[in-house]
Amino acid sequence: MSAAKSERLLNLVILLLVARNYTTKEQIRELMEPYRASSTEAFDRMFERDKDDLRALGIPLEVGFVDKFFEDEQGYRIKRDAFELPSIDFTADEVAVLGLAARVWRHAGLAAATSDALVKLKAAGLSFDREQLEHVQPTLVAEEPAFETMWQATVHRTPVEFDYSRAGQPDATTRHVEPWGVVTAQGRWYVAGLDTDRGEARLFRLSRIVSQVIPTGEPGSFSVPEGTDLRALSESLAPRRPDRSAEVLARAGAANGLRRRAEVVARDVTGPDGTTGWDRLEVPYVSESDFAGELLGYADAVAVESPVELKASVRHRLTGVLTGSRR
Amino acid sequence: MSGGAREQVSRLLALVPYLQSRADMSLAQVAAEFGVPPDQIMKDLKVLWMCGLPGLTPDKMIEVDFEAIEEDPEGVVRIENAEFLDRPVRLGSSEASALIVALRALREGSPDTSHEVIDRCLVKLEDAAASGTATPQVEVHLPRSGLGERHVATLQRAIDTNRQARLDYYVPTRDETTQRTVDPLELLTGDGRDYLDAWCHLAQARRLFRLDRMYAVEVVDEPRQQHSLSPRDLSEGLFEPGPDDVVALVHLERHARWVADYYPVDSVEELGDGRLAATLRVSDPRWLVRLALRLAPDLDVVEPAALREAVTTSARATLDLYSQGTAAAQDDGVA
Repeated sequence: MSAAKSERLLNLVILLLVARNYTTKEQIRELMEPYRASSTEAFDRMFERDKDDLRALGIPLEVGFVDKFFEDEQGYRIKRDAFELPSIDFTADEVAVLGLAARVWRHAGLAAATSDALVKLKAAGLSFDREQLEHVQPTLVAEEPAFETMWQATVHRTPVEFDYSRAGQPDATTRHVEPWGVVTAQGRWYVAGLDTDRGEARLFRLSRIVSQVIPTGEPGSFSVPEGTDLRALSESLAPRRPDRSAEVLARAGAANGLRRRAEVVARDVTGPDGTTGWDRLEVPYVSESDFAGELLGYADAVAVESPVELKASVRHRLTGVLTGSRR
Repeated sequence: MSGGAREQVSRLLALVPYLQSRADMSLAQVAAEFGVPPDQIMKDLKVLWMCGLPGLTPDKMIEVDFEAIEEDPEGVVRIENAEFLDRPVRLGSSEASALIVALRALREGSPDTSHEVIDRCLVKLEDAAASGTATPQVEVHLPRSGLGERHVATLQRAIDTNRQARLDYYVPTRDETTQRTVDPLELLTGDGRDYLDAWCHLAQARRLFRLDRMYAVEVVDEPRQQHSLSPRDLSEGLFEPGPDDVVALVHLERHARWVADYYPVDSVEELGDGRLAATLRVSDPRWLVRLALRLAPDLDVVEPAALREAVTTSARATLDLYSQGTAAAQDDGVA
């Protein structure tokens, strides 16, 4: 029964924690009734499983020689300073921030891990007041099916393989990756890591993983290269700041989405169709092809004046629609 | 089975120091703090009562004051003789990592003035993690505006206090910003976006609103009108087919293939060379015309003929803007 097992595990933790020295397996058996009452074989199996359970709980179980001078007998111990959460002085504003952090995750597994962490901090004497701050509360959503396994793989440094379907390419290919870390940008998740087939660092978008993520090695079997800079690796995902601007004419009352970030430089000017009632806007933009697409979406309510390349791109794409020639 | 025991031992290892640091918590309060029902804490305490220092003679066992809590849910939970377990376990790598990523998200979403306190937290958390814990590298880029998050708080307040909300809402299909009063029902997330499910007074119907298209949100001091509506089921996706939907067949060039991933499609067929044929349901034809122009010329509306014609007409009218003032047009060097 589970309660009996919990009891045994907790007593084992206490035993190894308070012992001054390494305790041998035989001594442990002698001191604990459930082990004593089992046959040697059953005890061996039970003890192995219990050790696994303790390690899974994050309890640092050390193995060493009972007598330093005669390396004959092995024993176990839990060193208190490796086991215990050190006393950390969190100030009131830091505690408030931790409380907010607890509400960021909207993913069952990660939300549970965060609240487990907070429970430990509460047990160390912190109290989190729910109503403490009226603050902007960002949320992290992770709906990609590959997220959970990939996250675990980055936490435990486990190499993985998966089938990946690149944008604009119909066929998926199997990729082998040492996942260094995760990146989120604009609501999407990516994993950054070493693509071992290509020998290069790559970013993979989790929503493009079309298979299970399968571990291909032991936890801890690689390390992240010194000096790896995820920020630099993921630079391309961050929204770029507009570095140029265009002059466009927009019919009065139209292009409202565009006007949100535009500056009106002149009102009621004559438009390209010879009618009045157009506004001249100056609009900052980043990518010429994305911005041309945005402008095309407003159809004949908007006309580009400058720069010339943007104007050419818009005209070229419209001609493409009418002549049926594709990009 | 072992999952259950692991979970219980993990909780017990926090519960023992927790109870020793607070002498005035009721069973119900403790249960709420640990996020489990009170009878689970009761079971935990019964396990605890069987534990203690090696040998487990009566003087070495942890003492639990069951009398105080057995009949009285307000009774204070008290344990004694457990001084050897007075600190919780260090944070494991999963716990530390989840918290660190959450803090990075907070940092990214906060004004510069809050960065300092968050950075202090991040440094202190490194001390709290188990030695040898290598937390994964993480990078968080939240959407720039941060508007969505602010709206979440306002709308949640409206829902919690049973108030109506007023929205300035942008509708790209019609290129309009409209002001609407709504009865907010629920905040939802799907496809990586936040939505508000609400009854719209303007449309006199239930609508889904995208938070990133709300330019302004405020709580109105009027109670919500009552509607008998069942919760929305998002398992089938956010888009519900309507009776007036038009079924359109489009051809997508390589660059526009993402459309088939992004919007709900009825069927998809490879055309070779990375091209794709897709049929999709369109509730507002203007939406598809706009999309076809935005992606021009990589999205080709094949059927229905009327929609194809609408795209062509719109494209011609737009191109005409550039051919009046011929001198300028020739300067572009575009035939």
